[in-house]
Amino acid sequence: MRTPTGSAPPKAHEPATAADVERPSRREALVRLGSMAGVLGVAAAAARVAWDKGGFDVVQSSGARQVRDYRVKERDAEHAELAIARAAAKEAGDDSPGATATPEQLVRRAVDAMGGMGRFVSRGDVVVVKPNIGWDRMPVHAANTNPEVVAGVIKLAYEAGAKRVVVADGSCNDPNRCFQRSGIWRAAYQLGADVVLPQEHRFRTMRLKGDVLDEWPIFTTLVDADKVINVPVAKHHNLAKFTAAMKNWYGVLGGRRNRLHQNIDTSIADLATFMRPSLVVMDAWRVLMRNGPQGGNIDDARDMHTVVATVDQVAADSFGCTLIGQKAENLPYLAMGEQRGLGTTRWKNLRVKEV
Amino acid sequence: MEHEPLVEPIPWKTGQPGAVPALDGVRSLPLPPVAAAPASVASPASVAAPAAAPASVASPASVASPAAAAAAPAAAPPKKKTSKLPGSGIPPRRIAVVLKWARRVSQAGFFALFMYFLFQTGFRGSFAARADTPVRLPLPVEGFLLADPFVAAMTVLSTHTVYRGLLWSLGLLALTMLVGRVFCGWICPFGTLHHFFGWLLPSRHGRGASRVEANRTHTYQRAKYYLLYAFLVAGVAGSAIGGLFDPICIAVRSIGLGVIPGVQYLSHRGLGAAQDVPVRAVQGAADHTQDWLAQTVWQSKQFYFHQTWFIVFLLVAVLFANRFIPRFWCRVLCPLGAFLGVFSRFALFGMTKDHAKCTDCNLCLVHCQGADSPQGGVKWRQDECHMCMNCENACPEDVIKFTFLPNRRSTVVSPDTERRTALAAVGAGAMFLPVARVADSLDVNYHPKVIRPPGAVEERAFLERCIRCAECMKVCPNNALHPAFFEAGIEGLWTPILIARVGYCEYSCVLCGQVCPTGAIQKITEREKMGLGQPAIKIGTAFYDHGRCLPWSMQTPCIVCEEFCPTSPKAIWVEEVDAEVRDSKPGPDGAPPAYKQVHLQRPHVDPSLCVGCGACEKVCPVQDQPAVYVTSVGETRSKTNVILLENTNYNQKS
Repeated sequence: MRTPTGSAPPKAHEPATAADVERPSRREALVRLGSMAGVLGVAAAAARVAWDKGGFDVVQSSGARQVRDYRVKERDAEHAELAIARAAAKEAGDDSPGATATPEQLVRRAVDAMGGMGRFVSRGDVVVVKPNIGWDRMPVHAANTNPEVVAGVIKLAYEAGAKRVVVADGSCNDPNRCFQRSGIWRAAYQLGADVVLPQEHRFRTMRLKGDVLDEWPIFTTLVDADKVINVPVAKHHNLAKFTAAMKNWYGVLGGRRNRLHQNIDTSIADLATFMRPSLVVMDAWRVLMRNGPQGGNIDDARDMHTVVATVDQVAADSFGCTLIGQKAENLPYLAMGEQRGLGTTRWKNLRVKEV
Repeated sequence: MEHEPLVEPIPWKTGQPGAVPALDGVRSLPLPPVAAAPASVASPASVAAPAAAPASVASPASVASPAAAAAAPAAAPPKKKTSKLPGSGIPPRRIAVVLKWARRVSQAGFFALFMYFLFQTGFRGSFAARADTPVRLPLPVEGFLLADPFVAAMTVLSTHTVYRGLLWSLGLLALTMLVGRVFCGWICPFGTLHHFFGWLLPSRHGRGASRVEANRTHTYQRAKYYLLYAFLVAGVAGSAIGGLFDPICIAVRSIGLGVIPGVQYLSHRGLGAAQDVPVRAVQGAADHTQDWLAQTVWQSKQFYFHQTWFIVFLLVAVLFANRFIPRFWCRVLCPLGAFLGVFSRFALFGMTKDHAKCTDCNLCLVHCQGADSPQGGVKWRQDECHMCMNCENACPEDVIKFTFLPNRRSTVVSPDTERRTALAAVGAGAMFLPVARVADSLDVNYHPKVIRPPGAVEERAFLERCIRCAECMKVCPNNALHPAFFEAGIEGLWTPILIARVGYCEYSCVLCGQVCPTGAIQKITEREKMGLGQPAIKIGTAFYDHGRCLPWSMQTPCIVCEEFCPTSPKAIWVEEVDAEVRDSKPGPDGAPPAYKQVHLQRPHVDPSLCVGCGACEKVCPVQDQPAVYVTSVGETRSKTNVILLENTNYNQKS
């Protein structure tokens, strides 16, 4: 800013009036006017660029539902479409505790019947393993996927040449506690897998374009992968009656999932439509028979010593519900899944192998 | 008690020869004849070679001619002037320099340790732990509070017991009685913060002469002793309200509940924006930074704390006060500093001054932290001194020396408080409890939202113990515990309450009791809390608001509450009903809308099973005001705040 000292001195032959002394020079006046006009012009231009026309900017969902498809296309007629691995019954008189096979052996048997992990995982793949780590419960409560089943899947993925195996889930209870007390953190870490907890910054809002699930925060770790293996646990659910593979995808959602229960069947179907895994390995080693999905009482769970491998999430759940005495026709989300072409509820019509 | 002037006259400026020995007329002087016969103190040796006996009292001769005193060091062998100090430029003793740097390292180290403990006050899980490993924090993150003798004294007076780890505070008391208030100058993280801001903040008005003025001993420094007395007496009456002013509590509360979540919020915005930059390297860097921060500094989600703005506002205010009075907090308000100041009279380590050599350059005052009169001509105030060693390092005239077992001829060891004001403070402390309790917050009108953490003792005993250190709120994995504002009355300010709408009490978690330093929350086990083989610990009871509940009033299926209910058997049970629901559209030609049958599960609470954890309230999809909510009634710790007959104790008033 120029000060009045910069103005032209009054002429010597006439007395200086107060007005003459205070008036700036022509040059300074022009500079001041110009800067005023400049600032106003820039402000007007910026305002025009940033002009908000108002309204709520709501975009109606349109077009097809979003799909994250990790399925492996080629199929071989000799491989099973649904493989059920059961620990053999003990011989008469053998009342030693434990089963005749470990969960890991069952996983290997079931996946081998599907054609082996090499069919689903290629060398150098980043493989995401998505168990159910929803609750602060220990393996004996059967509310989360059995850690040994998860370990079996991780081992197979590494054997098939996976570059990286990532284990992640969006928990309901405190994630630190769920991951530790489910035993999955320790089991996965010992095998060299990356365990990713649901940290806030890993969620991004995505448009799923489902019937009830439109725009939701998605756990990006679970979708940024070459191959995704769904490793649910089969268990009772008080509202949905029985849940396993399709409901397991609740774990990709952030935000306030509690609202989805008003239309739980459609939201399960929406999620299963969005996530199409490479492989499903369903844990039924120990099955929660009542008080699901959280359980908490050891007496609520029963040893079944079963692991199921399939590529059909609907068939996995249709078979799984029979374990707790449910029927597929009682579960509306299975019918929705079948109607959307996700799979079949008549699992017996698939090539089933029991091993 | 006769009040003596705080700053005593400087004798050699009075122009009266022989006035200097008057300095020796100290109350605590062990040898009365010295005061009676000042001439006997002045030894010929000190006149001849003052540098040889610096601790001895200056003679009238050396005072009369300061030039002679200044000339004496010049005659000393080392001719090289290595120090940049003005005046005679006598460098400080090497040990003083070493101690100053040791102090700086100690301050930085303890502040870093404090922050590290604060970052570790939260469960982050472990890949190494087995499924059945009990969830505990590996570090004693509440260690600074356990070493706090003010907290220990307050709770001893209120509960007549020393709770577990508080025994460690004896160590700090012993240290104080050995070397004075080194805690304030060397250890206290809040003091370090004020030391730093006192150095950073002074404007040009806070330098030079005005800084010297600010660093002289002032009468307002007595305030902390009055606060201390009031808080201790309030402790005797039955309230640990002094925790509001404990510096460690303030540091944990304001940094843990305000500064860390605030910085997290800001960095989440900044790094979140970086994640949206369409460059893979930038996105990866932002991702990894956030991973690292979430695993070391804060938790994986943003934490929010009830009305925490006020706590942060007070922190900022007290830090800003350093601009006007350096270390305002430590000098004027800190009750822990006052407590240590009372005990520093027993310290074996202290200052001696050779007043005769002082040239009034005031360099010691420029650097003084405690405003404890290090300059010549006045008595040193041991109870105010932080033992920072700055004065000895700054003194160019060889006046100040710290030694073990110094003579106390020019030292004041006990707080300079006025008896009437001290009595008034004691009275105020005694009156606090009746004033707070008569204001209906506890005995007759207990607030339903004062839901205490699991393992908390009965409310009156709780208020005897809770020091508002906020460790429990910081450690809570679900962000469920919050500092109360006035829900629990004025007495319950910043005590922990559970706000289930923000977070619920994790069923198997007992971390709040683990970190509680005073036993306001007892160290319960998972078995005790969940009630395995014994009654579970209840912190409240859930209730349904049928008018807002989806299955009850809107014929819509929901029962998320039942799903999340963690007890086994579940405290929320559902009633299967078939109900009619009206179609939203009217029928054709204005006919009344059709009805259709829906199958519903309507939730109910079993009050004998409900533990009040608030999981149902947290997850209720009715967003603003939930259809199921928890209140404190039925809490295990109270025999009066009950619903059910079997829990009632008729011997206590309700």
